[in-house]
Amino acid sequence: MYRIVQKKSLNPTVTLMEIEAPLVAKKAEPGQFIILRVDAEGERIPLTIADYDREKGTVTIIFQIVGATTEKLNHKAEGEFIQDFVGPLGVATHTEGLRKVCIVGGGVGCAIALPIAKKLHEQGCEVTSVIGFRSKDLLILEDEFNACSDRLFVMTDDGSYGRHGNVCVPLEEMFAQGEKFDQVITIGPLIMMKFVVAATRPTGIPCVVSMNPIMIDGTGMCGGCRLTLNRDGEKITKFACVDGPDFNGYEVDFDEAMSRGMMYKDFERHAHEETCNLFAKEVK
Amino acid sequence: MTKPNMSLKKNPMPSQEPEVRAHNFDEVATGYTEEMALDEALRCLSCKNMPCVAGCPVNIHIPEFIAKIKEGDFEGAYQIISKTSSLPAVCGRVCPQESQCEAKCVRGIKGEPVGIGRLERFVADWHNAHSTEAPAVAPANGHRVAIVGSGPSGLTCAGDLAKKGYKVTVYEALHTAGGVLVYGIPEFRLPKAIVQKEVDNLIAMGVDVETNIVIGKTLTIDELFEQGFEAVFVGSGAGLPNFMGIPGESYKGVYSANEYLTRSNLMKSFRECPVTPIMKGGKVAVVGGGNVAMDAARTALRLGAEKVYIVYRRSLEELPARREEVEHAMEEGIEFKLLNNPVEIIGYNNPEDRRDPKNGFVTGMKCIRMELGEPDEKGRRRPVPVEGSEFTLDVDTVIIAIGTSPNPLIKSTTKGLEVNRKGGIVVEEATGATSREGVYAGGDAVTGAATVISAMGAGKAAAAAIDEYLSNK
Repeated sequence: MYRIVQKKSLNPTVTLMEIEAPLVAKKAEPGQFIILRVDAEGERIPLTIADYDREKGTVTIIFQIVGATTEKLNHKAEGEFIQDFVGPLGVATHTEGLRKVCIVGGGVGCAIALPIAKKLHEQGCEVTSVIGFRSKDLLILEDEFNACSDRLFVMTDDGSYGRHGNVCVPLEEMFAQGEKFDQVITIGPLIMMKFVVAATRPTGIPCVVSMNPIMIDGTGMCGGCRLTLNRDGEKITKFACVDGPDFNGYEVDFDEAMSRGMMYKDFERHAHEETCNLFAKEVK
Repeated sequence: MTKPNMSLKKNPMPSQEPEVRAHNFDEVATGYTEEMALDEALRCLSCKNMPCVAGCPVNIHIPEFIAKIKEGDFEGAYQIISKTSSLPAVCGRVCPQESQCEAKCVRGIKGEPVGIGRLERFVADWHNAHSTEAPAVAPANGHRVAIVGSGPSGLTCAGDLAKKGYKVTVYEALHTAGGVLVYGIPEFRLPKAIVQKEVDNLIAMGVDVETNIVIGKTLTIDELFEQGFEAVFVGSGAGLPNFMGIPGESYKGVYSANEYLTRSNLMKSFRECPVTPIMKGGKVAVVGGGNVAMDAARTALRLGAEKVYIVYRRSLEELPARREEVEHAMEEGIEFKLLNNPVEIIGYNNPEDRRDPKNGFVTGMKCIRMELGEPDEKGRRRPVPVEGSEFTLDVDTVIIAIGTSPNPLIKSTTKGLEVNRKGGIVVEEATGATSREGVYAGGDAVTGAATVISAMGAGKAAAAAIDEYLSNK
């Protein structure tokens, strides 16, 4: 069992939890993920590591309440325990040798982008961050990004905060002004990453994306997290859990990944509603 | 001594009727009664040279335990089996006895061999139901050994070492111990309560089982040595599933057998209101002809499929699955599409509406008929496609059960560990010793997909080798 040391609501649908997991904390690196189960009958879900404290032995996760499992997780209070917490899984984001990087985060993806931005900043890399949200009330981690970015663009789709527009707006402006980066790293909804890749492609700047497909074991056994890369005219199957989650954005078949991500949409919606109803009954 | 039973046939295994069991996840074979076990035991001639023992990868003293059954001393029989086997209730169910101990049985020359597997299962189940005695805990010898993976090879190795007084810690990546016995083999063939009982038995013998630890990620093998372990056994099992490399394998509704079985077995998707989803019902094609393919097909049937096909490119004769599993599958109504090979999986695509929720789901699988040509280097006749014979099988789910490749996590984080071209860990066959001193390996991590009992044999051999290594150190 793994204790919830701290719980904080970042906005109405996004929660931060600091979990006591010393062995995971000892090894965790930006870009890696964990798999958790809330209770003994729970499903396994992957969540990318948002932060870690090796001394305290804790790992921070930030999650959006989208389904039954995240709903149940969000009902756990500080001091309570979750059943399983395993990691760190996946390959850490490569940061070595990078001197000027643009990080593009969208929504809850910003939680994953943050530790990468921090690490790059600590390495003395020049960090430009672009973070985007649907509206002001969904904004998270602005101060944290400010602290580790040389330049920060905050975007909202509806213009209720920061600049009006999506994350590609400032990115394309920078490219138009001839700005060069060693790498663009993007983490967020698949559709956003697809557009960031499309915007970056003409510049030839390497573009890394962080994939978060459906997973079960997360250790290279089930193959559920497979995705297709188009490399030199050839289709290659890769597994996000052991080969990723970071991939060369120019190679990823985003349309396929989006389609696969929707496989259990009806089931998930139904399960989430059921869970909400159960909690509502409990309150009554 | 009572007269031997000279019946040419084994006592048949009582089983659920096919039409009943096809709709539930309860165990198919229900096991011998005491009378059947006594009657079957009397078929054993107690041969002096014990050919059956040589056929057993863990050398169970077969005539000896059968002799105890003849005396009605079932606990005594169990004690004899457990001297050499750590998982009798498991082996009695999933070992391919027909090609091992029973293949060597003298009674098999004329008629059927003694039902050794059925007797083993009977004895193990009898013990589990009647014995309240805690297993003996050997006096500690002060040495610590780490085991990576809690599947059949790891559990066997752990059990053998614990019996010799070693302090053993088993590390498991998943949340439940048992490896393939838990995530791979379905409930109707191996009830999970039986696996749990075997694991609890090891814990009672003083073995520590640590779940949620991925060796190669959470801890490395080098760190295990730093922590004071003096030897490590790697039984990390099979790894990433193989796919066919044909178009359409990423459509929704295409599963690897590993994923499909893990969802159903480990994550309990077979329950009425599962927490982990799985596609139920419809028409299902399983590609492959091994035991895993049979397990997947029979699981699909029990999940409510209206039609299940096994698609295999060779003929019935070459089908690698155990005969018993094939027969069970056939009885339950699974249709065998033999000498057929998939060439493409077809998915729904509505060009008018990109948001059509049916888009990207499987609607069929295009296959080509095959015929058997010249024998290959293994002597198996090579299947060759019959030109122009393509046809489309109308299915919603495709399960690919064509094997796995070794897991990359340990080799990529362990310096000096030699692996072969396919990624399997290279070992000295008799001992399981790897290229790293103090590191031993066995099971699917070495051989690629094989059987539970061969993994157990490897775990056993490694335990003996580790004992020798640490005794002489």
